[in-house]
Amino acid sequence: MRTYHQLTDPDRSGLAAQIGAQRQRVAERLAGVRRIVVVMSGKGGVGKSYVTANLGRAAARSGRAVGVVDADLNGPTIPSLLQDGDAPRTTQDRPEPTRGLDEVRYVSMGQFLEAGAPLAFKGPSAESFVWRGAMEASALREFLADVEWGALDLLLLDLPPGMQRYLELCDILGNPPAVLTVTIPTPESRDAVRRAMRAAVDHGSELLGIVENMVGGELKGTAADDLAREFAIPVIARIPWHPTPDAWNQLVTRIPDARRTTDDGR
Amino acid sequence: MKFLCVECDQQMAFAERDLPGDGTLAATFKCPKCGRVVAMLTNPMETQLVSSLGVEIGGRTVPAEPFETVRANVVTGGPSWSAGAQERLGRVPSFVRGMVKKIYADYAKERGIAEITPSIMDTARAELGLEGM
Ligand SMILES: Nc1ncnc2c1ncn2[C@@H]1O[C@H](COP(=O)(O)OP(=O)(O)OP(=O)(O)O)[C@@H](O)[C@H]1O
Ligand SMILES: [Mg+2]
Ligand SMILES: [Zn+2]
Repeated sequence: MRTYHQLTDPDRSGLAAQIGAQRQRVAERLAGVRRIVVVMSGKGGVGKSYVTANLGRAAARSGRAVGVVDADLNGPTIPSLLQDGDAPRTTQDRPEPTRGLDEVRYVSMGQFLEAGAPLAFKGPSAESFVWRGAMEASALREFLADVEWGALDLLLLDLPPGMQRYLELCDILGNPPAVLTVTIPTPESRDAVRRAMRAAVDHGSELLGIVENMVGGELKGTAADDLAREFAIPVIARIPWHPTPDAWNQLVTRIPDARRTTDDGR
Repeated sequence: MKFLCVECDQQMAFAERDLPGDGTLAATFKCPKCGRVVAMLTNPMETQLVSSLGVEIGGRTVPAEPFETVRANVVTGGPSWSAGAQERLGRVPSFVRGMVKKIYADYAKERGIAEITPSIMDTARAELGLEGM
């Protein structure tokens, strides 16, 4: 009996081609984005979303066109950080991104869910582990490909803790995105963030630098400096509790290529 | 995935796709030589797995629409707002927008309306006596 690869008639389902077309769609949509940066830590609760939102706002205030994808589908916090107040939930027929504080454009699963409701999918609940990951990756792909981002200087992706979403992104984008890591000063954070950074390096991502968050309070340790030394990258910001806008304005200037420059012919 | 008619050593061609509505899927394939038809039946979990990839067995008949997977699969709860309705809501002064939005959302919820459109807003306005909102 002949095997799969020996059957050469066109396969009408063309599943591989369909997947290829999805990827193409992402690439076309993001062609006008100068810089994609994922904000990652591997550790929960260290301020990834807080840093993403405030960095995005500072970059927008400085005249850049900024988008934010809330890639934390199960714990979306970007809508509340970018405060859309009483804007209605986005619906499928409206592919423009929502405009948040300082005109940062964003999309979040939070806009699709009823307030406080967890992300749930229709369909059989049994063995949902089989398909749930694929479903989430598809949703993320649609956030990237189906939102009319327009020309952006900077597109930030706020990741959930862990590595899963980063790996999905490498697949969806077709190449590894630049990574900004967030850590708090503690040794526990350092160890979790180290794992995430290792994975990012292994997959070929450029490490843009480390943001040390929640500095100057109760939390003690040298996590940021340890990681900076290990990975030979800079600590590009040390963010205290309740920082002034200046802290964020400064961080913007330290993200390579986030600047909309006139001297590069644009 | 491909189907081979072993007897004819011939690749079978996709014929038809059917979604009976119970979460399962049926796809039929036909041997171009002997005409034999086989049906591939998937259970709800298998069907969901295919759907979660955003692909269609037998190929796409219509191009993908924006947010296709999210729209088809995420439990959103509550009514959604069409583009026209959102635009109209956007013209409501922001200090009362939250209140106005809630009035329409409650109206839709009570009547089991899944999507609020400008014409639903018109009906609601007339029924609730909210002229000018
Ligand atoms: N520098 C800071 N000053 C004041 N509050 C902060 C600061 N950094 C973070 N927070 C607050 O700490 C909490 C956790 O931050 P955030 O939600 O951004 O963490 P996260 O890493 O995104 O968490 P998760 O892993 O759950 O996604 C939030 O309430 C946030 O507002
Ligand atoms: Mg977060
Ligand atoms: Zn045959």
